[in-house]
Amino acid sequence: MSIQVKNIHKKFGSFVALNDISLDFPTGELVALLGPSGCGKTTLLRIIAGLEQADSGNVLLEGQDASRTHIRDRHVGFVFQHYALFRHMSVFDNVAFGLRVKPRNERPSEDVIRKKVKDLLELVQLDWLADRFPAQLSGGQRQRIALARALAVEPRVLLLDEPFGALDAKVRKELRRWLRQLHDELHITSIFVTHDQEEALEVSDRVVLLNRGQVEQIGSPEEVWRTPATPFVYSFLGSVNLFHGRSAHGEVQLDGGSLSHDKGNIAPGAEVIAFARPHELQIDTNLDHTDGLRARITRIQAFGLTATVELERTDSSEHLHHYEVELTLDRLLALQLRNGTEVRLIPSHLKVFETPDNVGAEQYIASGI
Amino acid sequence: MAAIATTLHAAQAAALGSPRHYEDNPATRDRPLVKWIVLTISLLFFICFLVLPLATVFIEALKKGWDVYLEAILDDDAFSAIELTLIAAVIAVPLNLVFGVAAAWAIAKFDFRGKHLLITFIDLPFSVSPVVAGLVYVLMFGSNGWIGPWLSDHDIRIVFAVPGIVLATIFVTFPFIARELIPLMQAQGKDEEEAAVVLGASGWQTFWYVTLPNIRWGLIYGVVLCNARAMGEFGAVSVVSGHIRGVTNTMPLQIEILYNEYQFSAAFAVASLLALLALVTLVLKTFIEWRAALAARTTHQE
Repeated sequence: MSIQVKNIHKKFGSFVALNDISLDFPTGELVALLGPSGCGKTTLLRIIAGLEQADSGNVLLEGQDASRTHIRDRHVGFVFQHYALFRHMSVFDNVAFGLRVKPRNERPSEDVIRKKVKDLLELVQLDWLADRFPAQLSGGQRQRIALARALAVEPRVLLLDEPFGALDAKVRKELRRWLRQLHDELHITSIFVTHDQEEALEVSDRVVLLNRGQVEQIGSPEEVWRTPATPFVYSFLGSVNLFHGRSAHGEVQLDGGSLSHDKGNIAPGAEVIAFARPHELQIDTNLDHTDGLRARITRIQAFGLTATVELERTDSSEHLHHYEVELTLDRLLALQLRNGTEVRLIPSHLKVFETPDNVGAEQYIASGI
Repeated sequence: MAAIATTLHAAQAAALGSPRHYEDNPATRDRPLVKWIVLTISLLFFICFLVLPLATVFIEALKKGWDVYLEAILDDDAFSAIELTLIAAVIAVPLNLVFGVAAAWAIAKFDFRGKHLLITFIDLPFSVSPVVAGLVYVLMFGSNGWIGPWLSDHDIRIVFAVPGIVLATIFVTFPFIARELIPLMQAQGKDEEEAAVVLGASGWQTFWYVTLPNIRWGLIYGVVLCNARAMGEFGAVSVVSGHIRGVTNTMPLQIEILYNEYQFSAAFAVASLLALLALVTLVLKTFIEWRAALAARTTHQE
């Protein structure tokens, strides 16, 4: 079933949680709502489910306005971050709940229920836990039971609110893959909320990036990763190095240096922010070069195929800038880098955005750079 | 009062964590002397101020033998006092049960204006002296009260009659169940209820199959406490009762009258019965705490 939301507004007191959100969720897709905490993603999901009421705007389920439809009649499956399993019921009773509370004339017989619950438990590969209570399960098992319970009523859409948020990293990775496989089998329209960009990119067909109650970008995981539309998306997806400066012809002028870039359509003199991914920064040990910035190495982490070098600027008095460079182990050895070595940093690729007047660099720093 | 409300949760917490390690671990163990001094002090207090008086009640009651004891209890006035006490409890406890669940539900699961005001008002009977509470009813329903004349015109008696006693009992026992349930329900949140509704359960089904089983032990605990207070209440009931023998005397009032008339054996006999009821309540309470702790251990998440 397709889901559309149109012009959704939602405020909590004076805090604007959602500001004019309009989105389309086509049938059968697995879409991730991605954003930092407080961006409104969970609120949007709860509005679609009917657990929360929008101040204005519509939710359309299969083209029909559902704003006045009670949650019971929306036929959505909802998976909660903290599982919300019924703690006094066995796993079996938890999964059977949705079937047992149906009105008498729609309720399947107890035999049918038993068969169905068994099938669902097999689907989530936990049929051997039917008699246990939620407290006796691990977090990952609980979340899979919660999913089976949501699927029992044959929902038209599946909504997952940070489903793996409370699990440890290893289980999370495992369940991600498993959720993707399950979705490929069932092809049920699904929306899942996450603040973990890796999770969103890995699992979903499409990613919707939200920030401060607004949509920043919509696209396939490759699209949003390769061509971030806004400074926020760039900084939110993966680690980045940030340069704050003023645009000149073909370069960004910073306090104590300049960086060249190839994008020419920014007016000279404009305030800009420039981004480079850690692998897009080159380290040059020849300090006589005038290109780039001077920096000192503060820490080197070398495990795996690549090494991460952390640096701080030495030519800027303003505030301490930290940079991160990723390079291959061979290159690290060839350059003979050590803690305290002074080098020049030269970006091989720079993405430049004009700074909107009202937004300072602090916002991008705050959002995880 | 908050102490009462949190006892149950303390019991649950104690069952979850294991304070036993503290004693077992030589690094955290205190000297035995400390342990025994603390234990002796508390036991001495316990014996002097709790066990001895309680024992006295039973000793005095049975001093003149079983026959006198039974006679005192089966005396018409005493018997009607027992009856009235039970009637008051039987009416007040279920009413407060309904109110307590409704109030706790409203406070824990909904957001509305004046929520804190409601919580404060629930505590009112704890902070107001029972005598004042009784007096309020006399001022409202008494012959010189606000609606007293109207009531007497219609031949309805509230003060100095059974309805007054029931009202006073309801007033003083009002907070017990709500107070017990509010922290419990707040701690449990509304996730499970939301899950139930999304799965298609009606409001009633959600309450019956999800909420009620989760608050079961807290609810029974609240009922037991409420019942203990309902049977033992003296002050408020004394004001509205009028002390009409065999008609408006509850057990505590009957005890006072008997004592003032120097009928010590009879007074202690009725008192022993009341004490016995209290002891039964206490045993029930302990059992419930134990069950709740057990339930917490086996079904609590995390």
